[in-house]
Amino acid sequence: MTAIRDWKIFKDNLMTQNPVFVQVLGICSTLAVTNVLKNTLVMCLGLIFVTTLSNLSLSLLRAWIPSRIRMMVEVLIIASLVIIVDICLKAYYPDISRQLGPYVGLIITNCIIMGRAEAVALTSPPRTALIDGISSGIGYSYVLLLIACCRELLGTGGIWGVRLLGQSWINWSIMVMAPGGFFVLAVFIWIVKGWIMRPVTGKAGA
Amino acid sequence: MQELGFFAILFSAVFTNNILLTNYLGMCSFLGCSREIKTALGLGSAVIFVTAATSVLNWLVYACILVPLDLVYLRFIVFIVVIAAFVQLVEMIIERVSEPLYNALGIFLPLITVNCAILGVSLFMVIREYTFKQAAAYGLGSGVGWALAIIAMAGIRQRLTQRSRIPRGLEGPGIALIIAGTMALAFMGFNGMINLS
Repeated sequence: MTAIRDWKIFKDNLMTQNPVFVQVLGICSTLAVTNVLKNTLVMCLGLIFVTTLSNLSLSLLRAWIPSRIRMMVEVLIIASLVIIVDICLKAYYPDISRQLGPYVGLIITNCIIMGRAEAVALTSPPRTALIDGISSGIGYSYVLLLIACCRELLGTGGIWGVRLLGQSWINWSIMVMAPGGFFVLAVFIWIVKGWIMRPVTGKAGA
Repeated sequence: MQELGFFAILFSAVFTNNILLTNYLGMCSFLGCSREIKTALGLGSAVIFVTAATSVLNWLVYACILVPLDLVYLRFIVFIVVIAAFVQLVEMIIERVSEPLYNALGIFLPLITVNCAILGVSLFMVIREYTFKQAAAYGLGSGVGWALAIIAMAGIRQRLTQRSRIPRGLEGPGIALIIAGTMALAFMGFNGMINLS
């Protein structure tokens, strides 16, 4: 029974309840680095790490956290996890760490992590919280990675630094600049809402 | 790199390097609270005030406490705590001092603690190694830039929902992102006047 419920949480967080499509939450810190796929991947891995562990530890501690200062406790736990990510990045991938600059630190204020902590971690047992953390992290990451693929391909004619489109391709340099991110995300939301989500809402209405 | 003055940084933080339109910071509340001009005005002014004050506070904490004690790696925790504490304090003071101001700004203040733009300003200012005066200018400018963007956005959205037919899938956040993209394009026209970073 629990396995089925876990799987349902996992699937919902990836598709129908995906935080990026449903509410456009949490894109602040990561959208900015989606012009290069490699940086996006690193940010997303960091984010999955933080969501998972913050959900787990908050759920384990939930009996001892007074509700008046729970925001403070959440922020402190999340911030400590982000510091771990930052130090690891600096030690093993100094180049990427320099390129990402302040954005690693901004994982702290990513609304998804706080949202998950408030909605799930403080009310459910550790197992559910852990699965919810992993799946919402992954659900968020694959959208961002798709956006990064689009932007890098159109903006530089290749992915991961490898040129895929022929010599005659003219780079859309707007894609690697700020407006490109807004437009690509808007188109993604349009596609998902208008095409994939419609059968779901139709069924609910009938 | 030549040293940039107070007004140069102020100008560039508002226009050429607008924190929202070039760095995507503070998107959540930007998309959530930009349906009406009144809300946007309230949130915008709260952000201006908090960003300007916390960037100065965080600069002082960073330069006077963290660097001498070699605790720079703790900056994320310290900055977010300073911001949260400051917001709480302001909320309490406003509640005591002025009822109308509290009604106008009060509901937005808790939202601000988790606004990425505020923490972002503090982190950028540390990475770019600003002096005290530059940090103050950058904090003020970023707040004003953010407020400008959200107020303009609210104005456009209010008109848009009255006058035009939006495709179903684009309603809500979709169209808001397209407007934001167009605004970012427009703001790119300021590029090259002054360059930060």
